[in-house]
Amino acid sequence: MKRLAVVTGAARGIGYSISEKLVRSGWSVAGCDVLKDDLSTASDKLGDSFSPWVLDITDENAVQETAGRIENELGPVFGLVNNAGITRDGLIMRMEKKDWDLVLNVNLTGAFLMCRAFSRGMLRQKKGSIVNISSVVALLGAPGQVNYVSTKAGLLGLTRSLSREFAARNIRVNAVAPGFIETEMTRELSEKIREDYASRVPMKRMGQPENISDAVRFLLDDVSSYITGVVLPVDGGLTT
Amino acid sequence: MSLESRVTEIIIDKLGVKPEQVTVEAQFDTDLGADSIDQYELIMGFEDAFGLRIDEDEATQLTTVGKVIEYLRAKDLDK
Repeated sequence: MKRLAVVTGAARGIGYSISEKLVRSGWSVAGCDVLKDDLSTASDKLGDSFSPWVLDITDENAVQETAGRIENELGPVFGLVNNAGITRDGLIMRMEKKDWDLVLNVNLTGAFLMCRAFSRGMLRQKKGSIVNISSVVALLGAPGQVNYVSTKAGLLGLTRSLSREFAARNIRVNAVAPGFIETEMTRELSEKIREDYASRVPMKRMGQPENISDAVRFLLDDVSSYITGVVLPVDGGLTT
Repeated sequence: MSLESRVTEIIIDKLGVKPEQVTVEAQFDTDLGADSIDQYELIMGFEDAFGLRIDEDEATQLTTVGKVIEYLRAKDLDK
């Protein structure tokens, strides 16, 4: 039987790339997203091994209910990838509290709710691997992004603490910290900013979504069975 | 099998303790060496074995073997 992984923010960008990589590597993927149309496009492209679940991960009851349905309908969940994330950038003086709250709710509270919802099942089967998608900005900081960066740094705390709670139960929790990756999110930046970013990377180029999905697959798979609580930067050398 | 024996069996299985350690007075943490996650798994084990859900508030009160037996007996599962 194929192993099942749940991926949030699966409809586009890095989440889609992760889903595609997992499906091609023989996993089943339950892809969660709020973007219904994009999710159904993703589902058409990825075939039967991908099941679409429209889910707002900030809705506590919906998360609990969807987790129950995924486990009932598809079986035990071995992998969880907390990838869903949004930005609402702005200098702190101009950042409204609602933009702080929204980014925290989606990027950090959403990941907490998903971890909590699937923990019980993973404990029962004494096996599981959770990967949280952080960012290099969690390590570097970024002006105009205090909300986003706080969540990405928060995910590292979640990762390290949960890895300790679960380590003796054969449930691993790790984080990937992507650098500058070409996605819908970074394509919105001007050419000049993108070139500037790329020039700061020791490898002198932006990364591709596949660079992230390869790292995620590695951390979900048993080949990394003695690795837990780590943050793996995938950033062309930016933070090292 | 009696309710007591089933409870004892689950505790031995989950905590890897000896049968003679599982007395009615035994505290899961101090006497049986269960940490918080062990205790959570124990509760899960009781829920699965007896087909019920134990509230978080109730679960935190179930600190000894005797309290678990008493709790399950009050649920009228013993028939």
